[in-house]
Amino acid sequence: MQIQLTKLAHARSGDKGDTANVGLIALRDEFYPILVREVTAERVKQHFKGICKGNVERFELANLGALNFLLHESLGGGGTLSLMTDAQGKTFSTALLRMEIEVPDDEANRLELA
Amino acid sequence: MKQKIRVAAGQGFWGDLLDAPVRQVEGGPIDYLMLDYLAEVTMSIMQKQRSRDPNAGYAKDFIPLMKQILPACVERDIRVTANAGGVNVEGCANAVREVARELGLAGKLRIGIVTGDDIMSRLDELLGRGIELRNMDTEEPLSTVRDRIQSANAYLGAWPMVEALNGGARIVITGRATDTGLTLAPLIHEFGWAADDWNRLAAGTIAGHIIECGAQCSGGNCQYEWSSVPNLAAVGFPIVEAAPDGTFVITKHERTGGWVIIPSVKEQLVYEMGDPHSYLTPDCVADFTTVQLEYEGRDRVRVYGIEGRPATDSLKVSISYSAGYKAVGTLVYSWPDAYAKAQAADKILRARLDRLGLKFDIIHTEFVGANATHGHLAGEPRSDLPEVQLRVGVRGEDRGAVERFTKEIAPLVLTGPPGVTGFAGGRPKVEEIVAYWPALIPKEEIKPQVQVIDA
Repeated sequence: MQIQLTKLAHARSGDKGDTANVGLIALRDEFYPILVREVTAERVKQHFKGICKGNVERFELANLGALNFLLHESLGGGGTLSLMTDAQGKTFSTALLRMEIEVPDDEANRLELA
Repeated sequence: MKQKIRVAAGQGFWGDLLDAPVRQVEGGPIDYLMLDYLAEVTMSIMQKQRSRDPNAGYAKDFIPLMKQILPACVERDIRVTANAGGVNVEGCANAVREVARELGLAGKLRIGIVTGDDIMSRLDELLGRGIELRNMDTEEPLSTVRDRIQSANAYLGAWPMVEALNGGARIVITGRATDTGLTLAPLIHEFGWAADDWNRLAAGTIAGHIIECGAQCSGGNCQYEWSSVPNLAAVGFPIVEAAPDGTFVITKHERTGGWVIIPSVKEQLVYEMGDPHSYLTPDCVADFTTVQLEYEGRDRVRVYGIEGRPATDSLKVSISYSAGYKAVGTLVYSWPDAYAKAQAADKILRARLDRLGLKFDIIHTEFVGANATHGHLAGEPRSDLPEVQLRVGVRGEDRGAVERFTKEIAPLVLTGPPGVTGFAGGRPKVEEIVAYWPALIPKEEIKPQVQVIDA
């Protein structure tokens, strides 16, 4: 079934120049493997199509049950150059949580996500 | 040696809650107060202030704050580390000394002054020797913007501050220093950590990272169950309670709002993170994939297991340069057809700018209330939105063109779609853009200087 990331994770985002970083944190330890499996760099790049103009890098932090994404060329030049309301990429966190991912029904049932 | 040192964070940025450092000093026991004042382009603002007034160029707020807390700091043996010095560290230290004397504390405290970060006057010499200071993001050499540079500072780490503390400084004032160093330096000083004790240096660095944004780890901007965070009005700023072995607890004063929970600490750990295996500082390379968290009580998260590696042989340099002009104008359109009206107004505005022959590097339009933050991810806006704010920004090298743009916003009220308001603020302001140029410099080029003076 399709499940929105907001049911599986919380997040915080910020900036480094024109790159936005999004830290995606599993709400429960059991959700982390689902994030690792489904929320790939390619999938995130596709989700932010038209917003992220560069590549997307992903790093795993199993110790925190978290993934860190770097979305390059996403902030209209970044810092003081940017004309965006969100020049610091603060709302990229919740924008990522809009993503719908596929979780097999039995797994979703077992994790009481259904 | 003390077995526990409490470092309290008092400012997450220049402009943070003014009374937060006072509450940290008065709200319970602490040994150190760390204050981070410098965002990426703050140095250029301070450089401008100093060019107008040779006594300016540092974080002005720091002086009245010192006036308020210095007596308590002396009485209760609290030391302060602050990068409040900006581009005029001596000026800042002199102002603190004046305050100390006014308070009758002459001879009762020492002030540490850390300089050597400012390389503005050495740029031509450095470039001449083939140190290109290439932009870390774009790879361009600095020579492309040489004539537009406003400030250039290397990030100093913890060690110069340690030297000042070892010299008996109660207040340590730096220019451009890493925010993590402000927390790490007290721990090195108190626990006598060695310069190659990479795991402990990494632990102190990560402790600094967790508290450097102030309340952002203790309930502020906490996405996890945000509506349950208690009493944010009186949010408690974070405190690191560190032990000699490099483990530490993140906590806050009792009877303060907010919360210190594992999710709030995790959110701050991943904030502005690059490659978590290699968090580079002048002092060490910290590995965020080794951080372990556990509860040690209410509002107490224990952090342990941190590993680090040797520091690299370069320092980061923060350079600011003038990069043209920008302005942003807004108008608010109301129901019915708020979004359609705002879109129509944007088209009209662009056509007029075009007819005037104005050239910009970029014209950027957002519809606040529809898609300004999440873009197309927000989906197609509902047709009955109660209101939408049209927000148009321009950027370019030509100040005149940007100036002309600011005069085209208000006329839309009488010459565009109906149901419009929100122009009472007058014409938008033209801003000179001071942009950020991050670069690397070989460590041996930078010689930090430390002085400790009597107040």
